[in-house]
Amino acid sequence: MSLTPDDVKRIARLARIEIDDAQAQATQAQLNTIFDLIATMQAVDTASIAPMAHAQEVYQRLRDDVVTETDRHAAFQAVAPAVENGLYLVPKVIE
Amino acid sequence: MPDASLSALAAQLAAKQVSSRELARQYLDRIAALNPAINAFITVDAEKTLLEAAAADARIAAGQAGPLTGVPIAHKDIFCTDGWLTTCGSKMLHNFVAPYDAHVIQRFKAAGMPSLGKTNMDEFAMGSSNETSYFGAVKNPWNTACVPGGSSGGAAACVAARMAPAATGTDTGGSIRQPAALCGITGLKPTYGLVSRYGMIAFASSLDQAGPMAPSAEDCALLLNVMTGFDPNDSTSLEREKEDYTRDLDQPLAGLRVGLPREFFAEGLNSEVAAAVEAAVTELKKLGATTVEISLANSKLAIPVYYVLAPAEASSNLSRFDGVRYGYRAPDYASLDDMYCKTRAQGFGAEVKRRILIGAYVLSHGYYDAYYLQAQKIRRLIADDFNQAFKACDIILGPTAPGTAFKLGEKSDDPVEMYLNDLYTIPANLAGLPGMSLPCGFDAKGLPIGLQLVGNYFSEAKMLNVAHQYQRATDWHSRQPEDLK
Amino acid sequence: MKRGHDNWETVIGLEVHTQLATRSKIFSGSSTAFGAAPNTQASAVDVALPGVLPVLNKKAVECAIRFGLAVDATLNRVNVFDRKNYFYPDLPKGYQISQLAKPIVEGGTLKIVVEGEERTIHLTRAHMEEDAGKSLHEDFHGMTGIDLNRAGTPLLEIVSEPEMRSSAEAVAYARALHTLVTWIGICDGNMQEGSFRVDANVSVRPVGQAEFGTRREIKNLNSFKFLQQAIDYEVRWQIGTLEDGGRIEQATVLFDPDTGETRMMRSKEDAHDYRYFPDPDLLPVKLDEDWIEAVRAGLPELPAAMQARFQADYGVSAYDAAVLTGSRALADFFEAAARACGQGKLAANWVMGELSAALNKAELDIAQSPVSATQLGTLIARIQDGTLSGKLAKQVFEGLWEGAGEVDAIIEARGLKQMSDSGELEKIVDDVLAANPKSVEEFRSGKEKAFNALVGQVMKASRGKANPAQVNELLKTKLQ
Repeated sequence: MSLTPDDVKRIARLARIEIDDAQAQATQAQLNTIFDLIATMQAVDTASIAPMAHAQEVYQRLRDDVVTETDRHAAFQAVAPAVENGLYLVPKVIE
Repeated sequence: MPDASLSALAAQLAAKQVSSRELARQYLDRIAALNPAINAFITVDAEKTLLEAAAADARIAAGQAGPLTGVPIAHKDIFCTDGWLTTCGSKMLHNFVAPYDAHVIQRFKAAGMPSLGKTNMDEFAMGSSNETSYFGAVKNPWNTACVPGGSSGGAAACVAARMAPAATGTDTGGSIRQPAALCGITGLKPTYGLVSRYGMIAFASSLDQAGPMAPSAEDCALLLNVMTGFDPNDSTSLEREKEDYTRDLDQPLAGLRVGLPREFFAEGLNSEVAAAVEAAVTELKKLGATTVEISLANSKLAIPVYYVLAPAEASSNLSRFDGVRYGYRAPDYASLDDMYCKTRAQGFGAEVKRRILIGAYVLSHGYYDAYYLQAQKIRRLIADDFNQAFKACDIILGPTAPGTAFKLGEKSDDPVEMYLNDLYTIPANLAGLPGMSLPCGFDAKGLPIGLQLVGNYFSEAKMLNVAHQYQRATDWHSRQPEDLK
Repeated sequence: MKRGHDNWETVIGLEVHTQLATRSKIFSGSSTAFGAAPNTQASAVDVALPGVLPVLNKKAVECAIRFGLAVDATLNRVNVFDRKNYFYPDLPKGYQISQLAKPIVEGGTLKIVVEGEERTIHLTRAHMEEDAGKSLHEDFHGMTGIDLNRAGTPLLEIVSEPEMRSSAEAVAYARALHTLVTWIGICDGNMQEGSFRVDANVSVRPVGQAEFGTRREIKNLNSFKFLQQAIDYEVRWQIGTLEDGGRIEQATVLFDPDTGETRMMRSKEDAHDYRYFPDPDLLPVKLDEDWIEAVRAGLPELPAAMQARFQADYGVSAYDAAVLTGSRALADFFEAAARACGQGKLAANWVMGELSAALNKAELDIAQSPVSATQLGTLIARIQDGTLSGKLAKQVFEGLWEGAGEVDAIIEARGLKQMSDSGELEKIVDDVLAANPKSVEEFRSGKEKAFNALVGQVMKASRGKANPAQVNELLKTKLQ
């Protein structure tokens, strides 16, 4: 299977990465060589195989319900692009 | 000094033959002299380094020194370091001064090891040549026209050029082992879960693992003692008894069963690399090892599987870089959505964007089962192959990379060609197994060749034992680039 | 097509986001306390700094187990967190950690009573997830401000089957769920602060049609009144649209309380492709049997069981039992009062009557009642033993409400004791008969009403302290 330029634009849209038509064309060609490589795994019969999501077969450790964090917003916001009154500022959100 | 092992440096410090400040100053001077040509460091801050060195001297004077207190180390710029610029090799974080320390950084600080600076890397650890860094490519100290490998290319190059006695790296698909091989040093990727990932900027969470990079296996063992250990802030960190990874270094290798996967010696392997690896096998036999041929039949699928799983996780992990709370924000935009799209288009480099797109695609509606789920299933087949193999052998041996260092720009236009460089390293990441690379020779052009060892889960001490015994019998690891000496 | 609402059936399913009553967030050690200054309760994990990782809060899991047990659901012994990927400024990681394929709770039921009839609503599932932050749209030079204090607050999203057929049923379900989650202590139930938020999936179909109509989802309803209004409006709109020959497009809508209308937020075309996949930073969650049993042992008696017991033990009606178990505090109050006086029905009447009226008037919660359950019980006991008439009891209740002291002290101090000396009463009766010859005459000539007038006169003369039954008896004897 191969991706069309429209596929590329659709996933770029999902990933919030601006892409123009020329870039979509170029990217499509590159991605298709990669997907040709990926396609080799499609031939494997995995019907009876359980997917492996983690390297170790261990279960989630649980944290006690204790407040351990202190207010560090000044330090965190020192590296923010735009803040005011303790809030992060972004272009107007329209709901 | 440039030849000294970590234990030798520690001994000099303990004997007060040198202070940590003097040591740091010597390495900083060497960085100042060599880094313009190598570009191994993104950030050097002599003042901060010397302050940390002074603190280490105070600890030594107070008799509170640990085994490596005062020995400096360089950190890959993927580890958040409080008060230090932490870029992950990306324009997206070109201005990000981390407000906290990664767990690994905390451990080295607690051990009293001053930081020499933050090393260059492929952007967000995505690359095998260090050419995707926003801060420019790193040059291989053995031949500055060649790449150092990646993604921990700055770490490998700075150790190879002895700009630092040791460095931290991270390995998602070979990012410690492949540059270690291409730069002629020793590097180890531990069992997944041994080293906390907290504060290490995520690429592919289920594969990422930090590890040590240094000239020798003995150095790596000492560093591993510092780096490993349970961290409650990382859910995938394993609760295990603390080990001393140096404990078995001097054990003889008699009776060691070395597994040679036939798939790792097949088509695609450079003949000079093959010859060097076979010579290493002969050397190990001399030391008492026996060999057994094994098969890792599904390892040929490791690259396709990896290029589904790693981009899928990365596409999600990198969503937080949106220009809202830190890092780069595009200067001009028409709306919130436009701000997102422009920030991410401008802030990420081509390879990172390529992988984000692959990841978004394989997770998207209608493709998940065919790509993501299928890849996770084959991941299990690959892990099962190793489990089978370890019934017949104690350690697996093969080449680290199919060839030696290639020319800058040689593969940068062909992603697939570049990806194939990690053919032999990726399987261990998928299985979560420990792997290491150590120098085993040079090709006709004088470029280093890497030997890879893959051990069973938690067998780091055994791997280091094998590597150390090999390094006692050979001197590949102590060779240095001629014109940099 | 037949027109008119009678020809349409409404189908409603609810998704309720309940904020779990934990001190710290689901994946970080930040406080969940409401009302802090912006971003002062947003840790490195909540702000999604590069490199940070989530660690799961045990209490959040325990809350989910409590809920699963309370609705008799299946608890998935191994459940998994997934990432739901989308971009929004109040979602700092660019994904929400939620549970899709393997939620902690599946199935379960909840009983509701609508117009005196009991129905069982089936639950689809309940899963743990993290809340997002808040976007503040006040003007910051044309920008939006983001506060991440709420980001990472633990939620249990409880999803019902589409089994409700009217807004009244939907409200009854939401109320029953609200009662339950507060009852078992997993949610404070504060709807103003967003601790209990309802999304309603609403569709209509011609009566008799098997397949569902196209649904629209009304988002974020934070009061039962709005839930009712929004559904009623939406149903009218959908029926109107269909009867006018239009089509319903799948969409997400918002309810505007000011206009009482719903408006489109996004259509299906803009629907996100969330690219769910298992979160590699979190491992599968295992529920040990020992843990589940320990949680079960710690569960309080549940509303349904308590209703049945109230009917059996105290002889109250099914309706009264349902009202009395509207909250755990109310049920506990009733039961304490009933035990104190041994008069279940009387206690129910007082709790639902006098006490509720007074609380409503004063806008107080049962927990804030100035009259304690023991006091109310004692008061009822004094009615039962004849010390007080109903009327006198109300005066004593007023005294209790004002904080004038204990029941007997108020009776004593205000002289409210019912007259028990028959000689004294007989004298009053004689005086009343002598003073009202006309009424006596009328009664004797067959006017029953005159008797009541005489009773009233006697009660008045006794200043309400006479026992009405005794008065009746005496008057009858004297007039024979």
